[in-house]
Amino acid sequence: MIAWIRYPGVALRSLLKNKSRSLLTSLGIIIGVGSVIVMVSVGQGSQADIAETINSMGVNMLMVMPPHSMRGGVNRGAGSLATFTMDDADYLRERSEYCSAISAMTMSPAQVIGGEGNWSTSVLGVDVDYPRIRDWGVDQGEFFTARDVRTRSKVALIGKTIADELFPGQNPVGVRVRVRNTPFTIIGVLSEKGEDARGRDQDDVILAPVTTVLARLKGGREIDMIQASARTIEELDEAEEEVADLLRTLHKIMPGEDDDFHVRTQTEIIERASETSRIMTSMLGAVAAVSLIVGGIGIMNIMLVSVTERTREIGIRMAVGARERDILLQFMLEAVSLSLAGGVIGVMVALLVAAALDAIWGVTTVVNPMVVLMAFGFAGIVGVFFGIYPARKAASLNPIDALRHE
Amino acid sequence: MPPIVSTHALHKVYQMGAVGVPALRGVDLHIEEGEFVAIMGASGSGKSTLMNILGCLDVPSTGTYVLAGRQVDGLSRDQRADIRNQVIGFVFQGFNLLPRASALENVELPLVYDRARRVGDPRRAAEAALTRVGLADRMTHAPNRLSGGEQQRVAIARALVGNPRLVLADEPTGNLDTRTSMEIMQVFQDLNDQGITVLLVTHEQDISRCAKRIVELRDGKVIRDAAIGDRYVVGSDPRAGGTAGPGGAS
Repeated sequence: MIAWIRYPGVALRSLLKNKSRSLLTSLGIIIGVGSVIVMVSVGQGSQADIAETINSMGVNMLMVMPPHSMRGGVNRGAGSLATFTMDDADYLRERSEYCSAISAMTMSPAQVIGGEGNWSTSVLGVDVDYPRIRDWGVDQGEFFTARDVRTRSKVALIGKTIADELFPGQNPVGVRVRVRNTPFTIIGVLSEKGEDARGRDQDDVILAPVTTVLARLKGGREIDMIQASARTIEELDEAEEEVADLLRTLHKIMPGEDDDFHVRTQTEIIERASETSRIMTSMLGAVAAVSLIVGGIGIMNIMLVSVTERTREIGIRMAVGARERDILLQFMLEAVSLSLAGGVIGVMVALLVAAALDAIWGVTTVVNPMVVLMAFGFAGIVGVFFGIYPARKAASLNPIDALRHE
Repeated sequence: MPPIVSTHALHKVYQMGAVGVPALRGVDLHIEEGEFVAIMGASGSGKSTLMNILGCLDVPSTGTYVLAGRQVDGLSRDQRADIRNQVIGFVFQGFNLLPRASALENVELPLVYDRARRVGDPRRAAEAALTRVGLADRMTHAPNRLSGGEQQRVAIARALVGNPRLVLADEPTGNLDTRTSMEIMQVFQDLNDQGITVLLVTHEQDISRCAKRIVELRDGKVIRDAAIGDRYVVGSDPRAGGTAGPGGAS
């Protein structure tokens, strides 16, 4: 056991004697470690955002849609078949045991006129259970009742965005607005919901009884989808299975035949959304990791220069008894110290940048300690890897030649 | 007591491309403990090669070399490194100090690699060695703030710090003026008086006369090996060497 403890001191001292060069050499690692952490933090921040939005939609929610109109439940393409009617929703409501709330839903784009002007938005026809399914409260006024649905009342609730646009600073409850020539009485303002997983403003919406929307705005009996809510999150799978079974019975679909509907749950959506975000995060991380490797190459270059410059020193050390391993270790430690010092600074820079992104630009960042640790560890590995070659070169010098080196 | 250095038929051939250039052609040399030997010779006589082999920096092509009772030809690089650390102290012509380390740190350097841990407290051993060569008041100075003579004293202290059995000095006065050279020779004479075996390579007559025995090489062979009759002892009192002025006139 030789004075191992002294080596780090020797390495650090020789680095400190060349401060600006050491700093410049570490710059690559600083940027590498910093960008890995910042990129991954931003990526994970957006994942957290998505998870939050999805939670805000109601976690134990399930959606039943026709198979070809799956874009957020909106019936899009001209050839797409709407296969649901109010009867499906009623049937499910009567028989489902695992669902605690069921609502038919239909959607119609519409221009709304009233208050301070007019506004282009979507009118959602829903049932009374809808606020429970979506976990959506009412700020002012009240939600419509089952009676309103039965009697096709021309009442509506408006989202926060519309309230702000058409009735800034006013209480819109009781006011009448026109939606495509049909007068609706506003009976409430919905609480603020924010953006959904795709960045759409969920508060830019008008809710009205599904029956009213079908009768006044769309015509016909076909609805776009059925939304339901499992009694508990644990029973979500059972509820999904039950709803599918019930609809197969109702639609007389034989075993082996394709369903004419599609049941989706939030878990699916969460998985898909966070999968996308995860891929983005790992791609950003990988790009940043490349810069870390480039930083390692910078360290290797400077260490090679340093070995050449200090050939005589190496010769002196060998003459007084340094073994090959002593020299190897000395230069390895210098390389690793450089990369770890760069790592420490990089972590600090990253924390500052992440905090600034959060505070100044409102970008959600989640700094994961594991990622910090991994970036730091990777910096260390880069130091070892790119330190080996220069250190070997130093250790294999012939002492006589090294001593003669000018 | 067996001789500290004992070589038999040392040959060294340097390979220059396809041609072999002989540097040593059969050197037999025996040095007893406590001797002060000057190896002389013109450039190309092989004295530096001999020095490198005796110092375990290089290996002979053929022949045997027994140092302090141990056969050292054929040892591995690491084993030779250990011998340099434990048995030998080096002093070079160009001082070979670490420019950015203080005198004290330079002297401590061999102890960093002292695997046997023979020296308990490296800092105190280094201080003692520097005091021994008369640099007690220069310990924290960097080499560039020391005169040439002082730098060579630091190098001597570094050679001494591990309590070597043999001190090898390769043209130790080659970069120094006459007065400073004599001061350095006085340090060697003092050390020799204290019982340390000193082996010195030089091409200057004046310097070699400070030794007790001269070995002269020519074309890789010993042509003269004799005790010095008219040995020159620097200073009247040999023990006064450590306090001989401020080191250098440079």
